[in-house]
Amino acid sequence: MMSRAKRTLFGEWWWTVDRLLLGSLVALVLIGIVLLLAASPPVAIRLGYEPFHFVNRQAMYLVPALAVLIATSLLTPRQVRRVALIVFLAALALVFATLVVGAEIKGARRWISLFGVSLQPSEFIKPALAVLSAWAFSESARRPEMPTTFLAMGLLLVSITPLVLQPDFGQTVLIVLVWCSLFFLSGLAWFWVAGLAGGGAVSVYAAYQLIPHVRKRFDSFMEPGSGDTFQIDTALDSFARGGWLGRGPGEGTVKRILPDGHADFIFAVAAEEFGLVLCLAVAAMFAFIVLRALLHAQRDEDPFMRLAISGLALLFGLQSTIAMAVNLHLVPAKGMTLPFISYGGSSLISLAYGMGMLVALTRRRPRAESIAELEHFQARLAGARA
Amino acid sequence: MNFAGVRDLTLAWMRWLDRSLRPSVSAQTTRARIGMVGVAFAILYLVIAGRLISFGFVPEDYFGNRARVRASDAVSASRPDILDREGRLLASDIKTPSLFANPMRIQKSVGVDEAMELITAVLPDLDNAETRERLSARKRFVWLKREITPKQQAELHRQGIPGIGFLRESRRIYPGGAEASHILGHVNLANAGAAGIERWIDGGGLAELHQAGLASGRSLEPVELALDLSVQHALRDELVAAKDKFKAIAAAGLLLNVNTGEVVAMASLPDFDPNKPGKLETNQLNRLVSGAFEMGSTFKALTLAMALDSGKANLQSSFDARQPLQYGNFTINDFHAQRRILTVPEIFTYSSNIGSAKMALAVGVEGHRAFMKKMGQLDRLRTELPEGTDPLVPKNWSELSTVTIAFGHGLSVAPLQAAMATAALVNGGKLIPPTFLKRSEDDAKYLARQVIKPDTSEKMRYLMRLNVEKGSATRAEVEGFYVGGKTGTAEKVEKGKYVKNKLLTAFMGVFPADQPKYLLLVMLDEPQPTPESKGQATSGHNAVPVAGKIIARIAPLLGLKPRQDLPVAERLLTPGRQAAN
Repeated sequence: MMSRAKRTLFGEWWWTVDRLLLGSLVALVLIGIVLLLAASPPVAIRLGYEPFHFVNRQAMYLVPALAVLIATSLLTPRQVRRVALIVFLAALALVFATLVVGAEIKGARRWISLFGVSLQPSEFIKPALAVLSAWAFSESARRPEMPTTFLAMGLLLVSITPLVLQPDFGQTVLIVLVWCSLFFLSGLAWFWVAGLAGGGAVSVYAAYQLIPHVRKRFDSFMEPGSGDTFQIDTALDSFARGGWLGRGPGEGTVKRILPDGHADFIFAVAAEEFGLVLCLAVAAMFAFIVLRALLHAQRDEDPFMRLAISGLALLFGLQSTIAMAVNLHLVPAKGMTLPFISYGGSSLISLAYGMGMLVALTRRRPRAESIAELEHFQARLAGARA
Repeated sequence: MNFAGVRDLTLAWMRWLDRSLRPSVSAQTTRARIGMVGVAFAILYLVIAGRLISFGFVPEDYFGNRARVRASDAVSASRPDILDREGRLLASDIKTPSLFANPMRIQKSVGVDEAMELITAVLPDLDNAETRERLSARKRFVWLKREITPKQQAELHRQGIPGIGFLRESRRIYPGGAEASHILGHVNLANAGAAGIERWIDGGGLAELHQAGLASGRSLEPVELALDLSVQHALRDELVAAKDKFKAIAAAGLLLNVNTGEVVAMASLPDFDPNKPGKLETNQLNRLVSGAFEMGSTFKALTLAMALDSGKANLQSSFDARQPLQYGNFTINDFHAQRRILTVPEIFTYSSNIGSAKMALAVGVEGHRAFMKKMGQLDRLRTELPEGTDPLVPKNWSELSTVTIAFGHGLSVAPLQAAMATAALVNGGKLIPPTFLKRSEDDAKYLARQVIKPDTSEKMRYLMRLNVEKGSATRAEVEGFYVGGKTGTAEKVEKGKYVKNKLLTAFMGVFPADQPKYLLLVMLDEPQPTPESKGQATSGHNAVPVAGKIIARIAPLLGLKPRQDLPVAERLLTPGRQAAN
């Protein structure tokens, strides 16, 4: 099909891209549509839409999402960085705009209408910030004269300020976690790592003491039956009802009473209809993508690449593990969508963008290859000399 | 300290901070730390996988949360509409809200006392002690009140009590009330079929659909019955009047399409309102389906048909009815004793017990038994209705059994069963299992079984018509509709003895007798004499005239046109086989 002889744009892309990684991502998107097909009709009917409202809308976003995924994966690392800066600034402007003109949904202003399409711009901040922070940290060694750490801190601050104001607690926590992890990965001294961990512990405790709904969530996690645990109870029931192989497509009953069956609790709905085996397979796919990306990061020769790949993998990994853990009642309830599986057009496109960058950065590059070979050779020489 | 000093110190501190915080970005450190992150993620995913696997080994109801799911299943359960043969609505679903509570949540929030106060303010008729007990339970789901009004729901909603909620519940309504109660049956509180066609609907897989969560909110195919609501109303209306007039303890009527087996109307009084079935008394059971009765003289039609069909007798045959029959302590006598030799038509019109017994004996005990078996009188009749009864068949079928069963005693069957057999006698000899669902004549043909010769059926039409022209059923005649039929009066058995003044009267009528379309069965349980009947309470004085009234009312509804210049009974017989008299 594609010849290695001719150096076309796509030909080069095809032979350098990590096809297993790309394949897993596309497979995950398709599984997401199937699960949504099962989980969303009852929710749609409850909200007064026609049964396949959510499925149709998600399918409509599928084409642009795949286009974004492929297009982004074609970029060179330098282009990735530049596009990230543009996306970051645009998304930031829109996020601030939501505070002024956004529509209030479920008590929070997160949405903005752009060219007739509802957008949740905060979704796009996450991957862009991960890449930009990685860039700031990676410049630390090369440019001692630049206050890179403060730059990274500034990026984090302007990102989370509007999110705290919206308020969107889940996204804030996710972004801070990814940023701190990047700081840690870039080689922060252990003294400060301890400080960061201590600060994290203090802020969690403060949130527990000061923010009533955080406290409620945590209490109801520690002592079931005290708060409104309806969603969680039902979700757990769903896993038990499904058993290994599930009740069969369309046979689920829990989805008819779970308010967020198409979004935060889609994992539970999938469990009832398709069984634990499918859930394990989905979890395994997430694990595969994250670990393979981290492996790529570890092998890469370029400091920016190592951090950027790690940051994107962390974002994806944290979001997936938190979402699954909430469904399984391993952590206190926190609204978190399961990447590529839960309903959400903005989230799908933003994930496609993020993962597109991941695919772009993990492509094999001739230079990196040769340097790795050289290093390997030198190491052997050194060994021979000793 | 001056301004410059502060600035210098701050800048120095910042510089130190920048240097101290500045990450090394060494390949070695980053690689090692990415490895740590990878291991952490691997552990996280393994924990998730472990948790998932653990769910494979827990029993399904481990979380004790099933009550809510079950309730929610039942609540959202929808049932198909039930329509009559013209598409008129007999039963349908309406949605009403029901109130439930999460007691543990109420206990942790506002407390039971305050919740009680708020709830009873809107629902004053709620049982205080019981509600308090429910709210104090260590449960997460209890019902507080089923089927509240939308207004009450709105008021409760406005109070904002945490831990209470509403589920929309389907409630079954029967716009006709008691009209067709015994056919429709009713549903229980969980909206599951409890009796009648409603129960049959559940048996047809609806319950499984509900379990799977599929049948809710979807439009289910309506169930079309054979019933004609306007005919049903007329029939029931006349039975109500008759039950009242003759002070009977019960009255029942059944209209069967003899060519399709469809039950077009059926009423058994006293009946009930399926909208609020409550606890049904024995007296309210459906006598036509659930009751087993000695059908009395109406059974003689079967005996005569058997004798004629076997060739052991023809219309010209005669039997000696001068002497009562003696069997041990039993003396078989005639009610309208003629004390002479009777021809076959005379045996029918005088309703001679002696004559029918002798005709049955002419066929023989075994032949009689086999014939009754063939006519479906010895086995339980299965219809769509879950109700029914086994016939009471004598354990040792002796000669005496044959003698008594010949005139309708000693064998108790469901009246619907007897009607099915009688229909076969006049429809050309085809036994068609009765149905409560709509059925075409073509479908009926597949189910039909030829039990007597068409020729015998023709003779039976003649005898039935003759009996209305000059026999015991003259009061059933309706001008222009050519009614035929057989009366029956049976003494009821109490403590093993027949009681003279406790009668079960019946009339089995067919119309039009020359080309029967419908069979009408009317039964009265313990009818009392009226002034005009001069102390008599036999069938001819009550069941027969009631049947006449019913036919006069329903025949036009059934699309039958009154005819003129109708032939006398004899003309029903094919030339050459005409009766001698």
